[in-house]
Amino acid sequence: MAENTSDAPVAGGTKEAGLLNRFDNPWLNWKFLTGAGIIGFIFFLIFLGNQLWDTELALAGASPLNMPPVGFTNWRNQEGIPEHPLGTENSGRDMLALLIVGTPRTIGVGAIAASVGMAVGILLGFLAGFVGGWVDDVVRLATDVTITIPSLLVLIVIQAVLPRIDLLTMALLISMFAWATPTRYIRAQVLSMRESGYVQMARLSGVPTRDIMYREIMPNLLPYLAASYIGNMTGAILSAVGLELLGFGPQRIPSLGVTIFWSIEAAALLRNMWWWWGIPTVILAVVFIALLLINLGLDEIANPRLRKAN
Amino acid sequence: MGSFSLNYLLRRLLVFFLTVWVAATLIFIIPRLAPGDPIQAMIARMTQFEGYVENADLIIEAWRKRFGLDDPLYVQYFRFIGNTLRLDLGYSMANFPATVYELVGRALPWTIGLVGIATFIFFTVGNLCGALLAWYRTPKWLKVLIPMSMTFTSVPPALFSLLLVYIFGFLIRVNNNPLFPQVGAYARGMAPEFTLEFFGSVLYHGFLPAMSIVLVTFGFWALGMRGMMVTIEGEDYMILAQAKGLKPFYVLYRYMIRNAILPQMTALAVSIGTLINGSVLVEIMFVYNGMGSLIYSGIANQDFGLIQGTSFILIVTSALAVLIIDLTYPLIDPRISLEGR
Repeated sequence: MAENTSDAPVAGGTKEAGLLNRFDNPWLNWKFLTGAGIIGFIFFLIFLGNQLWDTELALAGASPLNMPPVGFTNWRNQEGIPEHPLGTENSGRDMLALLIVGTPRTIGVGAIAASVGMAVGILLGFLAGFVGGWVDDVVRLATDVTITIPSLLVLIVIQAVLPRIDLLTMALLISMFAWATPTRYIRAQVLSMRESGYVQMARLSGVPTRDIMYREIMPNLLPYLAASYIGNMTGAILSAVGLELLGFGPQRIPSLGVTIFWSIEAAALLRNMWWWWGIPTVILAVVFIALLLINLGLDEIANPRLRKAN
Repeated sequence: MGSFSLNYLLRRLLVFFLTVWVAATLIFIIPRLAPGDPIQAMIARMTQFEGYVENADLIIEAWRKRFGLDDPLYVQYFRFIGNTLRLDLGYSMANFPATVYELVGRALPWTIGLVGIATFIFFTVGNLCGALLAWYRTPKWLKVLIPMSMTFTSVPPALFSLLLVYIFGFLIRVNNNPLFPQVGAYARGMAPEFTLEFFGSVLYHGFLPAMSIVLVTFGFWALGMRGMMVTIEGEDYMILAQAKGLKPFYVLYRYMIRNAILPQMTALAVSIGTLINGSVLVEIMFVYNGMGSLIYSGIANQDFGLIQGTSFILIVTSALAVLIIDLTYPLIDPRISLEGR
């Protein structure tokens, strides 16, 4: 992203020395490290919050209503109190507790959906790329169709007939669409790797196909798979937040999207209760930007040509 | 400028029709997976929600007849597919005499307009920024400025629209009026007509919704374009072009962007679905008169027919957009007509 920030100092040594320098590790990529650092820091804060803060305050009616964060006043001229440093919302949930409870839930939905999607993607991608023929045709058609359909619309139709669902069900529903992009991506990579010298060599040496897939190709694909997983997670969190913004989400213990939905429903914008919608929004935005940075970093780790550009 | 090979054309059409069929089938199956009689359940929920449903028996009768719930399942299925493909989407239960087709017909142009214009902007600006990021003659300050403008890349459009509404609708005020309107697709009390004034109002109201899509999206295209440009810079024909003494702008445009834009077109086709997802939510945030707001009203009123119909038409629209992009692709990349793909 930032063209001006050269990779050279981070990767160790000048460009000429780069080839010889054994500290020129592609994993020391500033985008990857920044993104991973932000996510790590968020999880550290969540861990700290769970130790130090009463998460029961995230339940309705646990606190006074509509309190502003410390140092601000709300429209009734109430001052923020230290018992609720980030304020409270209109059913008496403490914002800090909401964030501590809600953030991991939001990221968790993405992680579960992305993992399921990724597992299916690896299976189908390798199958299509390796077996070829009609299997490849079917997988490609299914992938193209799934990618074309805006997943949110089908999920809305499903959720409109289902009663309230929990986060796990929501994650599994989202994963119904989360396999297509990894499948397409992995298939393309497998196709290009299949023709490379070391795979030809292995095949000539009589290595069984399964071993070629998992022992020869898979390790080389790891950075690609990681990038694809992060991209997939971003997409899954996006779907989950989308559904939650529409009011389909767990109600008792909320996630970030649900909190924003409630704030919109309660006209928090008009009442200038910025802490209610604003803080979860900013946290989600930071999570998305961090995931993008990790994704870009992994891309550069996987693809030396992109690295060279910095 | 090649013509497409038959194989390419047939495959694209197959994907299009399969998508439409899958969407229709999903929409047929999903309500039947829910426990109980779908129509009774819907009426019950409407009653619970509104306390009292006007014309309830009429609605039940209309829906029973439409679904023919006493027929065998496969008969129901084929009738449903037939109806759906003829765009007979039934009645909207919340606005009973109105059909879903009428409501969708009014909303769809707004969504296509919003998404179309936003796509045009982020695709142009994004690719241009990406090309400039990789080009060796780009001024230094631009190479600093462009990445900075890409900070919000990958933030969900709906969340970004919340921020924009707050900043331009509440924080920044001119004579105690918001800088930009936060609600609707045109000024309240205006009738849609082909006048300059109405057109201006549409642009004014559409600015923030379009920006909430553009500002979080164009960075992806800039990054993709930059990656392609970097690859192309190493090609032999680039050295030849420079050796021939071609003007740098000519090389940039004809040799680099022309080649780098091709994978971007493919990526655009792939991203249409995500784009529609995002714009549905942005429309809801801005109470824009498009399909997103229509779906939202369907959700709020428990109007299942409306949700189904709107979703189906939006899926068909996005499949159509993908088809159009795929079919224009051979026109900009003559190589496609040669290989079967």
